Amino acid sequence: MNNDYIVSLIQQNRRIDERKLDEHREIKIEYNISKNAEGSARCKIGETEVLVGVKMDIGEPYPDNPDQGTIIVTAELSPIASPLFELGPPGTQATELARIVDRGIRESKAIDFKKLFIKEDKVWIIFIDIYPVNDDGNLIDASVLAALAALKIAKFPKIKDDKVVYGEFSNEKLKLTKLPINFTFGKIANKIILDPNSKEEDALDARLSISVNEGNIYAMQKGGDTGLILEEIEKMIDIAIKKEKEIRGLLK
Amino acid sequence: MSYEKRFSGRKFDEMREIEAKVGIIKRADGSALFRIGDTIAIAAVYGPRELHPRFLQNPETGILRCNYDMISFSVPERKRPGPSRRQVEISLVTEKALLPVVDLKQFQNSVIDVFIQIIQANSGTRCAGITAASLALAHAGIPMRDMVSSVSVGKVGNKILIDLDKDEEDHEDATDIPMAITNRGKQITLLQLDGNITKKDFIEALKLGMGGCEKIAKVQEKALKDYYRSKNE
Repeated sequence: MNNDYIVSLIQQNRRIDERKLDEHREIKIEYNISKNAEGSARCKIGETEVLVGVKMDIGEPYPDNPDQGTIIVTAELSPIASPLFELGPPGTQATELARIVDRGIRESKAIDFKKLFIKEDKVWIIFIDIYPVNDDGNLIDASVLAALAALKIAKFPKIKDDKVVYGEFSNEKLKLTKLPINFTFGKIANKIILDPNSKEEDALDARLSISVNEGNIYAMQKGGDTGLILEEIEKMIDIAIKKEKEIRGLLK
Repeated sequence: MSYEKRFSGRKFDEMREIEAKVGIIKRADGSALFRIGDTIAIAAVYGPRELHPRFLQNPETGILRCNYDMISFSVPERKRPGPSRRQVEISLVTEKALLPVVDLKQFQNSVIDVFIQIIQANSGTRCAGITAASLALAHAGIPMRDMVSSVSVGKVGNKILIDLDKDEEDHEDATDIPMAITNRGKQITLLQLDGNITKKDFIEALKLGMGGCEKIAKVQEKALKDYYRSKNE
């Protein structure tokens, strides 16, 4: 497949998988895919598949926020998911992916960090671990949805003598105040497309991810090698705000 | 010490429920899932492809490279992402378990990569990984002389049993013997043991494992047939 073909299709407002430019692939979310996690979920967007698990531990708060817990987001781009991924410590793409997911949750205050306070010098640390299993493009949106789904069902583990009793869960759920949905767009041949697949990603000039919740924007990340003009960004925001409710509806 | 009834209620020669599926990762050249009870392994095969760095290339034959990984939330206490010593060793024995059946001669200078991920762990993960990897290699169309199936056997208290689960593995008087065998040739390609067992009990356990592997082999065969049948429809 060469990029010229993708570009020539998009010039005619067509896509390789016959979607409309602002149409995302079919999204499927599955809950509790790994029993030992405090919460876990699988998100499929078309052929793209991402697993996310939530684990919790008791730790010390940061000195500047002694009354708050925190989240730690990690992404591992294992070579199981793509011929382009390699073994080894997280590279730039994995780090960027984890940070985009982190920012969407952190900045929207979807988790109230103050509610993660246990007692003096003891707070909950929420680990959100992202594992793509098949990369057919747009790992970002799939990771965000899987993370939200896993967090939504996550239960705190039991505590005994200030330590976590692993494998035993309390009935207390982690409460999410919001479900900020991420939308990733690509720019190809001066057109804006939603949810680029892997072939389209190879042909992208620019990329923008926008995290929205009830009309507000909580995080953005621009990628790709060329710039975007204001009108293009506005158009992307409009599509994101128009579609956020539909996507949020997929999170039961 | 006596062990009269299994924690799970299973018979001593009874494995947990097993499930196999082929073609679960589209991007890969071959892929499979294998579940035994609460243990779930997935495997993907990439290749044959060019081997980097180049000095590792062998002009005589292709190379099989296996990587076993447990995802961080597959176990009750979060496992730090990245390779542990345990994972490095399991990757090695997995490679050795599969190597005897894979025909690499025609893939000079190339590598066949096998990546295994444990999605959910309740003992027997290396065995589940090997069983899944064998399926994924077959699905990738890599020339194979035979298939490999794998299960753990052992002794808990005074009982010889198959497919130890976590409760049994943690028993103070447990011997764990992960084994793999070629489906037709009956060559044992994985054998590890930790615990304390007599020769007689060891042989009995191994025979029990051979019987279990026969059942796993049938499930592997069915998974491949189901995959190609659904493809032809």
